[in-house]
Amino acid sequence: MSNIIQRNKSEKRFQFYGLLAVGLAIFLLLVLLFKIFSTGFSAFNQTYLGVKIQIEKGENLSELDARSTLRKNLRNMFPEAQSRSDKKNLYSLFSPGAYIEFKEMLEAYDGDVIDGYYYFLASDDLDMYFKGTVARQGNSAGRIKPSQMKFVDEFVKMNLIELQFNRYLLGSADSRNPEMAGILGAIYGSLFAILIAFVTSFPLGVLTAIYLEKLTKQNAFSDLIETNINNLAAVPSIVFGLLGLAIFLNFFELPRSASLVGGLTLGLMTLPTIVIASRSAIKSVPPSIEEASIGLGSSKVQTIFNFTLPLAMPGILTGTIIGIARAIGETAPLLMIGMVAFIVDIPQGPLDASTALPVQIFLWQDSPERAFVERTSAAIIVLLIFLFLLNITAVYLRKKLEKKW
Amino acid sequence: MTIEFLILTILGLTAYSFFLSKRKASALNAINPLDVHSQPHYHGLFSAILTIAPAIILLFLWSWLENSIFKTNLESYFSDVVDPYKVSFYVSGVKSFVAGASDTLMNHSNFSSAVEYYETSTKMSLALKSIVIVIITLITFRYSLNLVTAKFKARDLVEDIVIRTMKYASIFAIFITLGIVLSLLFETLRFFESVAVTEFLFGTHWSPQMSIREGQVGSSGSFGAVPVFTGTLLISLIAMLVAGPIGLFSAIYLSQYASNRVRSYAKPIIEILAGIPTVVYGFFAVITVGPFFRDLGIFFNIDGFSSESALIAGSVLGIMIIPFIASLTDDSLSAVPRSLKEGSLAMGATLSETTTRVIIPASFHGIVGSFLLAFSRAIGETMIVVMAAGFAANLTANPFNAVTTVTVQIVGLLTGDQEFDSAKTMSAFALAFVLFFLTLILNIISLSIVKKFREQYE
Repeated sequence: MSNIIQRNKSEKRFQFYGLLAVGLAIFLLLVLLFKIFSTGFSAFNQTYLGVKIQIEKGENLSELDARSTLRKNLRNMFPEAQSRSDKKNLYSLFSPGAYIEFKEMLEAYDGDVIDGYYYFLASDDLDMYFKGTVARQGNSAGRIKPSQMKFVDEFVKMNLIELQFNRYLLGSADSRNPEMAGILGAIYGSLFAILIAFVTSFPLGVLTAIYLEKLTKQNAFSDLIETNINNLAAVPSIVFGLLGLAIFLNFFELPRSASLVGGLTLGLMTLPTIVIASRSAIKSVPPSIEEASIGLGSSKVQTIFNFTLPLAMPGILTGTIIGIARAIGETAPLLMIGMVAFIVDIPQGPLDASTALPVQIFLWQDSPERAFVERTSAAIIVLLIFLFLLNITAVYLRKKLEKKW
Repeated sequence: MTIEFLILTILGLTAYSFFLSKRKASALNAINPLDVHSQPHYHGLFSAILTIAPAIILLFLWSWLENSIFKTNLESYFSDVVDPYKVSFYVSGVKSFVAGASDTLMNHSNFSSAVEYYETSTKMSLALKSIVIVIITLITFRYSLNLVTAKFKARDLVEDIVIRTMKYASIFAIFITLGIVLSLLFETLRFFESVAVTEFLFGTHWSPQMSIREGQVGSSGSFGAVPVFTGTLLISLIAMLVAGPIGLFSAIYLSQYASNRVRSYAKPIIEILAGIPTVVYGFFAVITVGPFFRDLGIFFNIDGFSSESALIAGSVLGIMIIPFIASLTDDSLSAVPRSLKEGSLAMGATLSETTTRVIIPASFHGIVGSFLLAFSRAIGETMIVVMAAGFAANLTANPFNAVTTVTVQIVGLLTGDQEFDSAKTMSAFALAFVLFFLTLILNIISLSIVKKFREQYE
């Protein structure tokens, strides 16, 4: 054995490696979160351009063509834009959503004369430039050409460009135009899917757990079910997607891309988690309580439903929430059953074609537009906050309802 | 009468039968409680079950039968169309037209007559269904009310039904496994009708040719899956090289060195890594890790450094599985009896010597088990590799090159437009079959190792 100084040195070294490993794991987590949050934060604001709108008395506001009126007012602001291409460059600084906003404004407007500056949605290229995501090089920035830049500079000089809260991101469904794309449709799809997953897997999982824990003796049959459930918990999620594809789509012929199918598939995936968590919760209920109930003349089923289950409920719910949280973030099985599509409508029910939040993230990160990068991060932020809240609820439930026997 | 109204009627009758039977049983109870076998609410429950069960079963059977009959009949309207995909397109067109979801009359001579047939027959079927089901429900409703007598053992029956339900629920888990195996096996066997097993398992060229048109040159594709398997292995190994040391040393530090306070903070923080959705890791790989490694590659002048290299996908995958290794290893290190540890320390060994020479050997099974579990996770992980690794199958062991994995191929082959009978689609099922069995075997081995180890000290 080497001398004590060397041994102590190696002891210190060993401890340092351990600390380094823990630190590295935490550091990687922080880098990931920092990167996501710093990229995505800017997506909650959006660039708007001010336009001087002048509409004289005598015009019926709700009958005006929003598109041409807005363009006319724009040309009044920039009389120097005469050529066709100049006009086109000027118009292209605005998003198609600007016309929709103007139309809505006209419909909601009370008076009969409009005179003043109003702000309208800018295009994603301008948005990227104004937020500084795309740097200016000479007279161009990313996809903004010098011929457009002169108008942008005009707007900046007149102080008619500003950031406003991004009402599209959380208020609309997907769109080809990044500045108008939102995650509301995906959130609805996720909620429908999760609701269905919960409704199918929770009762099945709890009933299975009760049966395995309380109503059957240890025999070959119960062993088979037990090993089976333990192995199902480790089956890759994509295999569940293939199961959903083969069973729900090809055999039962349920509609493709519907959140119903997604929910059922996620439900099958969550089932083993719920069974395992419920079993350990049921196991931790002290037998003395059950024996007291039996001793007073209750039947086995009465004991289970009146004592065991209520006492095990916090543990069961905690396990279920964790399982559901995992299902919310799951993407691969949903790709298999066709929930990966460009869908501009907000789904009205679980039978409508829809995406889910993680699938929306997957779709957006694949889009070539620069502006989708920050929107992808913003969607991730929403997803992470949602998961965080769910997990906090689970921890709270466990702390609050946990009983020490 | 709509389907919603029918369901509401059934539910209403069920609630009413619960209420009536309960009231009748309560009246019996009031006369002589000792004579009555079951509590009133058991009588109510049994009546409710008796009322609702036949109606629900009938409703499901009827809808299922009706669907298949309508489908065959509708298809016969379009029997002149050769392409089965086109036929199902027309059929769904008819359905959505009748449902009011679309108002396009499709371009087919029989379309309007098909619409007419579907419209009248669904109406007829619904009317007939409603009448039959309501009559049957009324009969069971009446019958269940007659059953409420003092001697009637409603509680026994209800409990029997409950226990049976639980038993079937637990059997359902077996059906899931069976469903997975059968659905994979069925397509896999069909795949092996067109591609030889040996070619699939030992062939070294994988290009499931995306034929755009039928009969295109080279549309048959080649299905030698070895490059796919080696790619999976390479990425998973890189992931294990990242996660193994970090996970193992974290577990050692947390279980042996850290104070309770540090442990109570650090452990949940590391476990957050396991709760982050994998699509987020994939995005992280694309926007951060990818560019970082690419810059490193340029800095060190590495030839052929691909932006979809195995290194990027592997290292991000590694970050994801750190918590699996850390927490499972931590569990097995903590399960080593204190007496062993204290015995070694009392002999004058330092804590690091105790850890490496006593605790790790004593919990070796558990550590191996946790590594195997993490490895099986890495093999089955999909989103990270789909986003960070490539689709082209290269047979290489160079971590700087792009490789593909089993899961990437499955996603690539099954998303987007697909004809369901092509070898291309079925090869995805064959790959999934291999994936399923590989993870299953890894899982069984690791679970049995962990279990064996646990029994040693208990």
